[in-house]
Formats: sequence, C-alpha cells, structure tokens
Amino acid sequence: MILPFILFALCALLAVGGALALIFAREPIHSALALILVMVSLAVLYLLLGAPFVAAVQIIVYAGAVMVLFVFVIMLLNMGVEEHTNFSKIAKFAAWPLGLVLIVWSGYWLFHSRAASAIGTGAAMVPSSTRDLSKQLFQQYLFPFEATSILILIALLGALVMARKEE
Amino acid sequence: MPILDHLWIILALPLAGAAINGLFGKRWPQSAVNSVAVGSVTLAFLAVAELVREFSLLSPDQIPFVGNYFTWMVAGSFKVDFALQVDQLTVVMLLTVSFVGMLIHIYSTGYMAHEGGYYRFFSYLNLFMFFMLTLVMAANLIVMFVGWEGVGLCSYLLIGFWFLKKSAADAGKKAFIVTRVGDFGFTVGVLLVFATFGSIDFGTIFKAVAANPISEVTLTTICILLFTGAIGKSAQLPLYVWLPDAMEGPTPVSALIHAATMVTAGVYMVARMNPLFSRAPIAMLVVAIVGAVTAFYSATIGLVQTDIKKVLAYSTVSQLGYMFLACGVGSYAAGIFHLMTHAFFKGLLFLAAGSVIHAMGGEQDMMKMGGLAKKIPVTYWTMLIATLAIAGIPGFAGFFSKDEILEAAKSGPNANVILWLLGVAGAALTSFYMFRLVFLTFFGKPRYDEHKVHVHESPKNMTVPLAILALLSIFGGWFAAPKLVGGVDYFEKFLAPVFSMYAPPMAEPAVIIAQPEASAGMELLKALTGVPVIVAVLGLLVAWWLYIKSPETPKRWAQSVRGLYLLLLNKYYVDEIYAALIVRPLLWISTNLLWHGVDEGVIDGVVNGSARVARASGSQFRKLQSGNMRSYASWVLIGAVGFTVLLIALYVRVVH
Amino acid sequence: MSVIPVSWYLVLSAILFGLGVVAFVFKRNVITIFMSIELMLNAVNLAFVAFARALNQLDGLVFVFFVIVVAAAEAAVGLAIVIMLAQNRQSLSVERVNLLKF
Repeated sequence: MILPFILFALCALLAVGGALALIFAREPIHSALALILVMVSLAVLYLLLGAPFVAAVQIIVYAGAVMVLFVFVIMLLNMGVEEHTNFSKIAKFAAWPLGLVLIVWSGYWLFHSRAASAIGTGAAMVPSSTRDLSKQLFQQYLFPFEATSILILIALLGALVMARKEE
Repeated sequence: MPILDHLWIILALPLAGAAINGLFGKRWPQSAVNSVAVGSVTLAFLAVAELVREFSLLSPDQIPFVGNYFTWMVAGSFKVDFALQVDQLTVVMLLTVSFVGMLIHIYSTGYMAHEGGYYRFFSYLNLFMFFMLTLVMAANLIVMFVGWEGVGLCSYLLIGFWFLKKSAADAGKKAFIVTRVGDFGFTVGVLLVFATFGSIDFGTIFKAVAANPISEVTLTTICILLFTGAIGKSAQLPLYVWLPDAMEGPTPVSALIHAATMVTAGVYMVARMNPLFSRAPIAMLVVAIVGAVTAFYSATIGLVQTDIKKVLAYSTVSQLGYMFLACGVGSYAAGIFHLMTHAFFKGLLFLAAGSVIHAMGGEQDMMKMGGLAKKIPVTYWTMLIATLAIAGIPGFAGFFSKDEILEAAKSGPNANVILWLLGVAGAALTSFYMFRLVFLTFFGKPRYDEHKVHVHESPKNMTVPLAILALLSIFGGWFAAPKLVGGVDYFEKFLAPVFSMYAPPMAEPAVIIAQPEASAGMELLKALTGVPVIVAVLGLLVAWWLYIKSPETPKRWAQSVRGLYLLLLNKYYVDEIYAALIVRPLLWISTNLLWHGVDEGVIDGVVNGSARVARASGSQFRKLQSGNMRSYASWVLIGAVGFTVLLIALYVRVVH
Repeated sequence: MSVIPVSWYLVLSAILFGLGVVAFVFKRNVITIFMSIELMLNAVNLAFVAFARALNQLDGLVFVFFVIVVAAAEAAVGLAIVIMLAQNRQSLSVERVNLLKF
C-alpha cells in the first residue's frame, strides 16, 4: 500500500542527493558516478510511472553508453588537479540564487497548481506496452524518427572527423 | 504700351548690369565696365521716360496701373504676388531716382577712376538702383520690403567699399545694424497690416480702410510701427547715428544713397501709406514731431563740424526731418516735393564736395581749405547754387519746397506753432552752416600748403553732372511757382489723386481756408518777405560776417561757450551714450551668457556630454564580453530564469 | 494503487533542473558542465514521463525517447570537442577558453 510512497521517497532522495553530489564533488569522476546514481534512480521512477520501456532505454543507453563515454573521457584526459581559477564574478554570485529562485518558485506553484494535482495517477495503472509505443513511434512519429537517425549519422561523422589525427 | 506692359524691364536693366559687372567685370578695362554700368542705368532712365509718356496717355480710372508678374508666395491665406504699380507718386520717384542715379553713375566714372575694385563699385551701384526701383514700384508691402532691405544691403556694401579700412567696415556694420532696429518695427507693422486687412497689397488695403472703419488704435499702432522703419532707414532721431558714419563710403555713394534716394525711402513709404496715416492723427503727430525735432537737432550739430562731408550728412538728416514734418502735418505733396528738390541740391552738394575732395587730393577737413573759388570755378559755382537752394533763397528750388512745408506747418489743417518754430529755427541754422561751409571752403586765404597740394578742376565726366544738377536746383522747383502768382502748384496738382483717392472725409468743408482775394503781386510779395526767407538771409549774413568779415570771432565765441561748443562738436555724445547703454551690455550678454554659457556650456556640453556618456557606457558594457563562458552562461540564465518566473506568475494570476 | 500525485514528480523534476542550473554556472571543469546539462535533460525527461502517465498518452514517452537519442549524439560530438579543447589549452578549466574577449 505504502510501498509506492517509500519507493518514491527513496528514489527522490537518491536523485537529489546525486545531484548535490554532482555539484559538490571535487573530482569530475565523482560527479560522473553521482550522475549515474541519479539516472538509475530516475529509471526506477519511470518504472513507478508505468513506463518500463523508457526505464530500460534509460539504463541501457543513458547510464550504460553515454555515462560510460563520459567516464572514458574523464579518465583519458587525466589532467591531474584541477586549477582553481575563478575569473567570473557574476557566476560566483548568481549561481545559487538563480537555482534556488527557480526551484522554489516553480516548485511551489507546481505543487499547488490545481491542474497538476487534479490529474492524479489514480486511475488503474496499466503500464504502457512497448507495442503501443512502437506503433506510435513508427506511425505517427516516423519522420522525426528518420530525422533523428540522420542526426546520429551526422554526429558519428563529426566525432570521427574530430578524433582523426592530423596527417 | 511696351513699357507699361513690361514694367519689370526697368528693374531688369540695372540688375543685369550688376550681374554682368559683378561676374565678368574683374578682368575688363574700365571703359567696358563703364559702358555696362552707365549704359544699363541710362537705358533704365530712357525706359522711365517712355513710361511717363505712356502714363500720360492713361485715363484716370486706369491709375494706379498694376502689373502682376507672378505669384511669389502662398501660405494659407497669405498671398504675395510680385506686382509692380505705377501712379503719379511712382512717376515722380522713378524720374528722380533714375535721373539722379544716372548722373551719379556718370560722375563716378571720373571720381572712382583711380580706385581699386572699380568693377565691384559699379556692380554694387547698379544693384542698388535695382533695389531702389523695386521699392518705388512695389505694389504691395512685401515687394517694397524686398527693395527696402536690398537698399540697406547695398548701403552696407558700399559704405564698407574700402573694407580694409577698419572705420569703413565698422561704419557699414553700424548702418546695417541700426537700420535693422527700425526694420524690425517695420516688419511687425507689416504683420499687423496683414492681420488687420488680410492682405498686404496696397490696393486692397487702401480700399478696405476707406470702406470699413478700422479701430484707430490698430491704425495708429500700424503707422507708428511702419514709421519706426522709416526712422531707421531715413536717419531720424534716435536712429540717425549711422548716417554721419556712412560718410566713410566713397562720395558718389553718399550722394546717391545717403542724400538722394535710399534715405528718402522712409518718406516715400509714409506718403504711399497716406490713407492709413491720415486716419491715425496721433501717428501723424508723432511723425511731425520726430521730423521737426530731428530737423532742428541735427542742424545744431552741423553748426560746428569741420569735415565737409559730415556737415552735409547732418544737413541730410535735418532736411529729411523737414520732409517728415510735411507729411506729419498732412501735406504729403510738399514732403515729396522737398524730397525731389533735395535730391537735386543735396546730390549736387555731395558731388561738388567730392569734386573739392578730389581737387584737394583727398583732404576733407574744411579748416584746411580756403580760397578755392578761383581755382575750381565750376565746382564753386555749382556748389554755391546748391547752397542757395538748400538755404531757401527765393528763385531756387529749395525755396519753393521749404516754403510749402513751413506754410503747411503754420496754417495747414494740422498746423502746430511749435513745429513751425522748430522748422524756422532749423531753416535759419541750415542757411548759416551751409554758407559757413561755402565760405570756409572757397573763400579767404588758403589754409593749406599750396606747394604740397595741387588743386585742379575735375574732369568733364564729373563737372557735367554737376552742371545739370545745378540747373535742376534752380529750375526744379518752378512747378510750384505759379501758386505764388495766384495760379496752381502743378506739382501738388499732379500728385493730388494719390493723396485724395483714399483720403478720409475732411472735417472742415474746404481744404484751403478762404482767403481774401489778393492780387497776384501781393501774393508774391508776401511769399518773398515771409519768415523763412528772412531767416535764410539772416543765416547768410551771420555766416558772411563770421567767416569772411571777422574770422577770429568764431574762435572767440567757441571759447566763451566752451561747454556748449564741445557738446555740439561731439554730437551730444550720442554715440558714446549708445555704446555705454546698449552696445556694451549687449556685447557682455553675448559673450558671457550666450557664448560661454549657452554655446560652450549647454550645446557643446550636450554634444560632448553625449559622446562622453556613450564612450563611458561603452567601456562599461565592453566588460560583458569577458570571454568567460561562465559569465555568459550566468547572464543567459538570469534572463531565462527571470522569464520563466514571470511566465509562471502570469499563468498563476490568470488561472486563479 | 499508486496515488502519488503528478505534482510531486513535477516538483522533483524542478528541483533536479534547478540543481543542474546551479551546477552549470558553478563548476569549472568542462566535463562537469556537460554532465550538468545531462542532469537537466534528465529532469525534463522525468516531467515528460509523469505527464504521459497523467494524461494517459504515449506522446510523452516518444518524446523521452527522442531526448535520450539526441542527448547521446550530443554527448558524442561534445566530448570529441572537449578532447580537442583539452589538448589545445592544456587545461580542462572552462575559464581558459577565453580568446573571444574584447
């Protein structure tokens, strides 16, 4: 009965904690690991929201490929201790207030918006089926699908060109 | 009617002469410049002569003859046409201006023969003729104003002809600026005319003022404002100060502009606007008072001056006063008559003085002359004739015109004893100082070194105009002679329609007071023994005694009334008073307030200040481009977050 | 059944997004900044999925799909750029990338 709530609270805390860890970590590798934590907990939340396919994709692609890429790059560019420059004055003063204002303001109103709370997740929760999702993807969203595949191709080419050694 | 249909030809001829000489004359020989300049004015005079012939063929209802050439300005209800008109007054003025102008052009070919800038002189002189003729032939106030301002401009150019001499350049400036003061009043007057009558065309105005009653206050204001322009242009009190200084210009200029024509423009204007003036008795009184006081005042200054041209200058101011006195007491015809005779004898006086100066090699101080009569006889005799004329000795032109003026002041419709007394006193002084001039210059022992100065008579192109003007100074006034023998003053009769067409209805039944029928002989005797003649002869006698019989007396008299003598010699210190009261404060204001304060402080301040602000803000904004990506990101996010917050706020407000 | 209101998910999404913004401005390491972008994208994904559930539509999920794909492509190219940058400037601090200043 209250399992969903516990699960939600746990994952939420993990996600926020991971985000905070990302901010306060001193080494970039620690930030990367924190981000992986965030992604995994989000995947659980997706499951909770009845989207198993998306949860799977999140783990496989996002946490499994993208973050691995990040970790590879961090380790490749082993730059040692990061120098402690701080040239930008505005960034120092604007960062936290900016974020906090955004969080508090939007959070408060999202929490109290009648529309949002009216739409509960109360109805009989049927997880979305992959079949229906793929029907949507390949029928209604065919063009974006194809365009995205071209985009990936371009990204591939771009990365290849940049990674090549100058001869 | 070739000329009447193309009135503008009279204007175009001198203008063309001015343009040709001005543009091309620099490299031409003097003979070429002469032919263009003198030729254009002569042709203009011939055109005027033809005009007079055609005019005599017109019937009375065709007068005034108006030629409308093109619409010049239209702005709402303000419409100005370039229109020229001819009536009897115009004819008189045209003849005077063009004939005397022609003579002076011829004279100048001799006088200016050895001067630099020959072509420039004649170009300006022709230009002056153009503007003066425009003024005289104008059919509305704006075209007249074009001429008015134009002659002022030419006066400035010609007074300052020798512009490298500081006193000459200053005199030109003074003339222009002082007349400007009057012109301002004139302009306001013209505006008021337009506001009252809705038009500035003479015909329209005069018909309107004759048909509808206009408030006397308005008319008086208009007339006084227009008269201030005349005060400036015709050198009356208090704006006369430029005329004596204007003697810095070449003598032909003094003759033409400051004796015969330009300065008479004010008188012409008053005579032209007689329908308005006649209906504003207070304005007429102002005109008469200013004229009479100026006549007397200026004569007193002329008594003790030693520069021959300055004496003549003050004499001009004085005689102009007489003309205004005539108009002010209602006798416009007498004023115009004196204008015409004055053009003859004053023009002659100046030209003769120029001849004297030419003979003396440039000397203008009478105290350094003397005994010239035998040496330059033509100049002497013509100058003597002119002096007899101006003094009002019977038989000469000035007698008739001055007598008419004083007669009108004594017993005309608006007679005033005080004005008459001032006029008579002025006449006495005039006679005295003019004969003083003649005696000092031409009589007695030479007061100069005869070995240094070679006195010679002037060439024919200078003496012939002198002779012609001398003839006119004698016979030019005889139009009015028949009146003295019981006949009619032809001049007055000729001009009568101009002054009676729109004249207000007379209060008294008859203009001429019924007099007992006297025989022609009695009339003549009365005229010959009238007060003006007596004082004229008196002046001659006193001058003769002081400067011929006992030459030491003037010095003794001057010593005994030293204060008064110095006051007169220094022209009542008026120039100094003006300088202290008006010129210096104005200069102070312009330098400190307007120049340093406004121009440097405000205007430069704003311009430089805006540049400074731009530069300062630019250098501040430049720092945004720090190259630091975090700064860029933070600025972007500040905007984005702000926008988001705003949107949410608006959404919330709308929904709740 | 699960009656966790959608608003809770949305609030969580907002918190994560805000923290991502803070990290973006605050951190100096280029790669960390990149990761904060990924964090922001994840927060948005969560919102999409929550709405997909709430409105009982699949469009949100499709969108999440595309976001993930594009994020992957972007990461690939971006990290290639980061490597070249690091080799060029000998430093991973984003403040060293400042040649376009006044």
